[in-house]
Amino acid sequence: MTEHMPPPPAAGCRTSPVLKQRGQREVFCGLTGIIWLHRKIQDAFFLVVGSRTCAHLLQSAAGVMIFAEPRFGTAILEEADLAGLKDAQAELDRTVEELLARRPDIRQLFLVGSCPSEVIKLDLNRAAERLTQTYAPKVRVLEYSGSGIETTFTQGEDACLAAMVPVLPKTDARELIVVGALPDVVEDQMVALLTDLGIGPLRILPARTIEDEIAVGPNTVFALTQPFLGDTHAALSRRGARHIAAPFPFGEEGTTAWLSAIAEEFNISREVFDRVTEAPRRRARHAIRQAAAPLNEKSVFFFPDSQLEIPLARFLSRECGMTALEVGSPYIHDALHGPDLDLLPAGPQISEGQDVDLQLDRCRAAHPDLTVCGLGLANPLEAEGFATKWAIELVFTPVHFYEQAGDLAALFARPLRRKSILKVAAE
Amino acid sequence: MKLTVWTYEGPPHVGAMRVATGMKKLHYVLHAPQGDTYADLLFTMIERRDHRPPVTYTTFQARDLGADTAGLFKQACQDAYDRFQPEAIIVGASCTAELIQDDPGGLAETMGLPIPVIPLELPSYQRKENFGADETFFQLVKHLAKPQAKTERVSCNIIGPTALGFRHRDDVAEITNLLFECGIEVNVTAPMGATPSDIAQMGKAHFNVLLYPETGETAARYCEKEFDQPYTKTVPIGAGATQDFIAEIRALSGSTVPLDSQALRQTWWSRSVDSTYLTGKRVFIFGDGTHVKAAARIARDEMGFEVAGLGCYNREYARDIRTIAKEFGVEALITDDYLLVEKTIEALQPEMILGTQMERHIGKRLGIPCAVISAPVHVQDFPARYSPQMGFEGANVIFDTWIHPLVMGLEEHLLHMFREDFEFNDAAGPSHHGGHQPAGIASNPLREAAAQEQSAVQSTGGDVAIWLAEAEKELKKIPFFVRGKARRNTETYATSQGLSEISIDTLYEAKAFYAR
Repeated sequence: MTEHMPPPPAAGCRTSPVLKQRGQREVFCGLTGIIWLHRKIQDAFFLVVGSRTCAHLLQSAAGVMIFAEPRFGTAILEEADLAGLKDAQAELDRTVEELLARRPDIRQLFLVGSCPSEVIKLDLNRAAERLTQTYAPKVRVLEYSGSGIETTFTQGEDACLAAMVPVLPKTDARELIVVGALPDVVEDQMVALLTDLGIGPLRILPARTIEDEIAVGPNTVFALTQPFLGDTHAALSRRGARHIAAPFPFGEEGTTAWLSAIAEEFNISREVFDRVTEAPRRRARHAIRQAAAPLNEKSVFFFPDSQLEIPLARFLSRECGMTALEVGSPYIHDALHGPDLDLLPAGPQISEGQDVDLQLDRCRAAHPDLTVCGLGLANPLEAEGFATKWAIELVFTPVHFYEQAGDLAALFARPLRRKSILKVAAE
Repeated sequence: MKLTVWTYEGPPHVGAMRVATGMKKLHYVLHAPQGDTYADLLFTMIERRDHRPPVTYTTFQARDLGADTAGLFKQACQDAYDRFQPEAIIVGASCTAELIQDDPGGLAETMGLPIPVIPLELPSYQRKENFGADETFFQLVKHLAKPQAKTERVSCNIIGPTALGFRHRDDVAEITNLLFECGIEVNVTAPMGATPSDIAQMGKAHFNVLLYPETGETAARYCEKEFDQPYTKTVPIGAGATQDFIAEIRALSGSTVPLDSQALRQTWWSRSVDSTYLTGKRVFIFGDGTHVKAAARIARDEMGFEVAGLGCYNREYARDIRTIAKEFGVEALITDDYLLVEKTIEALQPEMILGTQMERHIGKRLGIPCAVISAPVHVQDFPARYSPQMGFEGANVIFDTWIHPLVMGLEEHLLHMFREDFEFNDAAGPSHHGGHQPAGIASNPLREAAAQEQSAVQSTGGDVAIWLAEAEKELKKIPFFVRGKARRNTETYATSQGLSEISIDTLYEAKAFYAR
């Protein structure tokens, strides 16, 4: 099934030493995941129990209100809540009542813990149980933490999905669950590919609404579409489900390897696999070839952001002709990232966590052609003459599977193309 | 606990960041969990700054909480000093760090750094962004500025501009120029552009020009008391306010230099006949206290609008805004609850909103044009071109900004005349825009079913008269930019007449009743 693929590198990065530094981490907290989750799960509301800072983060990260009527909000803790003058649990009940009265269309409510709610040890688990009893069967209430002291950026989605696993009904059926929030168009493509391969029954977590039944049990196998779902992986394993390890479905190679691992699990023949994937593989290769031209023989430096860094570095190294100088990830999880690390040619510094000032020093010294970093660093680095790609765009844009492989390459190529076409010199 | 969808102000430490980022050679060490670094992007993305804000975050995590967060703070503080070599450091805590009570001020003091270290007490669960900026600047002035001999020539300080301020960059340029033309030197502009050593020189000025009371008033009062520096009370936004401001600085400085006001085009643009259509347009004004106060005066006295309602989101200015509302004969709306603002606008059905980016969204939903007059800011509030709000040029800019969302004078008449023309009709929107129609609520079957349930309840319980089908149809023939007003006037009229149903006759009777 791998005839068009170059062989794996003689030495990959799985055993490379990992640089771990502790200092200022320039990353979002897990609350940020709400920005895409609330669009993905169409009958859910995300209620952050936190401070004005939490509300401000969601608003700023969302580019000041692109959604006129968002399905998220913040219950802002006030002085009286902290001083114990008001019973926080009673206040929460009142707030939820107010919210559900305003939004009768909501079927799932997530109480999302924040740094302040965790520091004051506000028990959201108890609140979720109590509120579920109050509003069942119309509304199901779950809780998870999106706090910065517990989670980094995309770990918010992980925490949310992991919170849904324990309440899934039990099944003994042999089923595939694909885990990870994808844009609808990409999800539809994925479903079509797996269906054409003859794989099923297929369930998707998170489902678009509460009506879409997912169950889990000892005969369930699951595949992850996102590399940041470590806790969900653990939660599903605890329910007896088994993970199909594979590189992540970015680029032609990643998508093929991901599909192939699932096809093998379901004993799909080589003939069927080739017949189904041949045309999209050809299209993907073609699209990447066109889009990736400016990337060839260029170097790239990743600041840690979304945990997508390792699979993306693999894609850029093996399919776009780039050389990775440093690949920083907020967390590295061998069970998830191992297959991608195996394919990433040895050479780059792999780093986990961050001391941003020291990492900026390394970046300046390495002088990469392209730097992938967060929004706080992008313009300052551009002003120093570095071409940058904002990492958050990789999370908000359809980039998975064959039909988006060319778009993914183009996302990285655009800053370099732009730099080369602008005639106005930097000061 | 307070349910919030959108907020008008960030937390107070973001206010402190606005001061630090506006200044040079000052560093802010902020005890904060990971994630709070999001605030950097306000400056690097929204304001397009080419440097990182001078802020070091301790970014503690859960595993640090049981260990030594205080040690982490001291390490971060030392690293920041070694790396950035600032002239002074401000230290403080964000909302979460406030709860763990490490006392950053006390810790930093014990470190014996050879520069001034200024502790900030910004109560995150009581106060907000503007307070944070105002208090931070006040602490800087209090710690760094000392009484000094006044400059030989008459000079002033410009107080209040910060990073991420609504048009602060251009307002400072405009007012600096105006002062220069009056023969008044600017001693220090602060916080924006100043270093800690500049702040130490503030005592030399003869008086202070307070451009932004929200972020500079406490410092201005302190300077008045300690350095004998009176400060200006008029914020020069609008032609009238600029004239008053000039009178004020003349009185403070003794300057008698005649000023050339030829550049002030707004007054003639407003008197010229093309502007007739602006007469009596009902506007709703909302924003920060200072900008709302100025906008209300411009709207009534310089544009000929009718102020249908006004309010502000910062409680600190509630008293001022209530006074103005009384003068204008309307109710003041003092709230930071976005949903309440939306409800108020919906009930008032103004023909235009002068608000913030939040009200722009409300306007979009309700099909009411909106011009932005105040923070909170958005990337669009940092235009590449020179675009002040203050002084003569500011008055010109405001005139253009406010009329841009409206359908132009003659076009308005033509739309009435040909309202059923299939190409030239009101649904196409103002001809100089990309074309839009009042946005309907996004279709979501779950939502719609629920909404129907609700509206069924409302129409039986409310005291609003019911629209008969043909009256409703007639209403639809009225162009969208006055339809909301027509609906509201008709309903008010019907209620006042004790009518339970609205017919075509009622619609036109109401029109005659409200004719002007």
